[in-house]
Amino acid sequence: MDFLVFQVPALTAQAILDGILLGILFALIAYGMALQWGVMNIINIAQGELVIMGGYIAYFMYMSGIHPAWGIFVSPIIMFFVGVFIYKLVINKVVDRDMFISILATFGISILMMQLMNFGFGSDVVVAQSDFGTTMLFNNSVTLPNSKIFSAVVSIVCAVLLTIYMKKSKLGRAIRATAQNARAAKILGVDTEKVYASTFGINAALCGVAGALVAITFTLHPYVGLPYTVRSFMIVIVAGLGNLPGVAMSGMGLGVFEEFADYLLGTEFRIATVFFLLVLILVYRRFKLAKTREYLK
Amino acid sequence: MLAFTKRELYICGALLLFLLVAPFVFVNFKLQLAFMLILIILAMTWNIQGGEMGYNSFGNIMFFGVGMYLCASMQIGLYFPLAEWTESGGEKTFVHEPDQYFKGLALGLAFAAMIPPIIAGLIGYGILGLRGHYFAICTLGIGIASGELAGGIELIGAGQGMTAPPFPKGLGDLETRGEFLYFLCLILLVATFTFIRWLYTTRFRLVLNAIRDNEDKAEAMGIETMRYKITGWMISAFFCGLAGGLVGTMVGYIEPVEVAFDGREMGVFMVLMTILGGKGTLWGPIIGASAFHIFKESFWTLFLGWQYVALGVLIIVIVIYFPEGLMGYLREKKPEWFGEVIDEKDRKAQISLD
Repeated sequence: MDFLVFQVPALTAQAILDGILLGILFALIAYGMALQWGVMNIINIAQGELVIMGGYIAYFMYMSGIHPAWGIFVSPIIMFFVGVFIYKLVINKVVDRDMFISILATFGISILMMQLMNFGFGSDVVVAQSDFGTTMLFNNSVTLPNSKIFSAVVSIVCAVLLTIYMKKSKLGRAIRATAQNARAAKILGVDTEKVYASTFGINAALCGVAGALVAITFTLHPYVGLPYTVRSFMIVIVAGLGNLPGVAMSGMGLGVFEEFADYLLGTEFRIATVFFLLVLILVYRRFKLAKTREYLK
Repeated sequence: MLAFTKRELYICGALLLFLLVAPFVFVNFKLQLAFMLILIILAMTWNIQGGEMGYNSFGNIMFFGVGMYLCASMQIGLYFPLAEWTESGGEKTFVHEPDQYFKGLALGLAFAAMIPPIIAGLIGYGILGLRGHYFAICTLGIGIASGELAGGIELIGAGQGMTAPPFPKGLGDLETRGEFLYFLCLILLVATFTFIRWLYTTRFRLVLNAIRDNEDKAEAMGIETMRYKITGWMISAFFCGLAGGLVGTMVGYIEPVEVAFDGREMGVFMVLMTILGGKGTLWGPIIGASAFHIFKESFWTLFLGWQYVALGVLIIVIVIYFPEGLMGYLREKKPEWFGEVIDEKDRKAQISLD
């Protein structure tokens, strides 16, 4: 282990900035997770696969000569329909059931999508070059790829737009009403089935945007979806449902943590760190709540 | 306590007889059959905490993998330097004498049985305090994290994996090896079945069921739920570790993510088989695992390359349409088989109310 990252200020700044930009992207995925968790009370293990699929749409555009950044408009539209399709096929049968059923069912979807993507796009690690160049900060000691800045900005814009949409539009009000009390909403004439379908679709669309950004900034591989699911789950349980600033903050915290873990432990342990952090957070919260004889609900 | 009813005695006797002669009848399928026995063990032990206690774990694969690595490392490390063994990869520079092989295997299996329950006991206090889906996700994290971690340890071959000691040459050909391993698995299965069958007649099972049905109430009744939960998980870990050690010997090649800590396959299979058969029953996991394995072995080759797709579809279909499993289905159709008496008058009254 070398502690160079703490001794050289430039490296520290680099890690923090990288982490924050990365964390904003994670927060966007977590926002979608929190949305469907709050409204439909399901945990979607296939969240990461939706992200990767969105990424492959952008990659596909890149391969056919279109700039992959346009993926942030195209892939949410396609992913919205994919989401609605998955909802109609599977999710609507597990919405009112035990949460473990939904976890298992979405686990099945995740395995299915993983393999289908493997067939469709091959098992190579791919990246969509954005050619955005880099920004140098602090006397050229810190390098930030413009694509990362672009992804953070797009994520923030998306989250803000969605929040406004949720507040102002009719569908947004219906979604919030269903989240508060599905039965009362139904009695008052809200078509909850439609609300659920569109919630899942919106979540998938968010994943589509996030995926396109992942394609530009990082690499894509059919099997790397699960870490994204776990990250978003982690962010949601730290922040709590329906706490958007909290989601943003804990997303950035997670990003910074990961960057530092990368420097300290080495990249090969990155995924292991993410999963261990999940276990640690859950166990910590469990002991904290146990003091007042409560448990995570 | 262990009294069999007459029907049970016939079923068990017939099954045991079948399993005893099976390797000599289906000579070519010995290892597949041995694998089926292992799957039955895994499903039965998953059922202890998943079905009876209501703590759905994706993390039992960790005990399986730890057992696998421990068994092989002990068997090698007892006589040869482990680091050099893993470094030499497939090269057989070190050869176990028959005597060394069996002593090593016995010691390895002993460790594979003892260490996983200790791990379960140590982490159990923290993790079993989580409930429902939090427990499920947390154990999913543990399963995958342990695989990633094992892939970073040089001593046991890191991402490349290691080979388990091959069966000593002087003792006979592949047939003998197959028979030896098959009967080892069969002994473990019979031991597991007897133990679990006994366990389900004790108060312990009732406590586990109370925890599943309403943990707060169980606690309020004065049951120290945490102690029972940890014990239940440790029992699960004990058999999982043993099964892992045997699978390592059977497969002969141990790789962290695809063989030992294969949360995407074996870890889900355990859950799936139990649900397919029926959670919270003695025979459910046995039926589920057998049906699943037979289905998988007969049709998997048809899906050539599409196995994971088929697996995903299978999970979704089972979870959505058979959440109660085959036993639950039978219970609904033939309640008298389960000793349930239905009052005809009562049933009619209920129908007329609808």
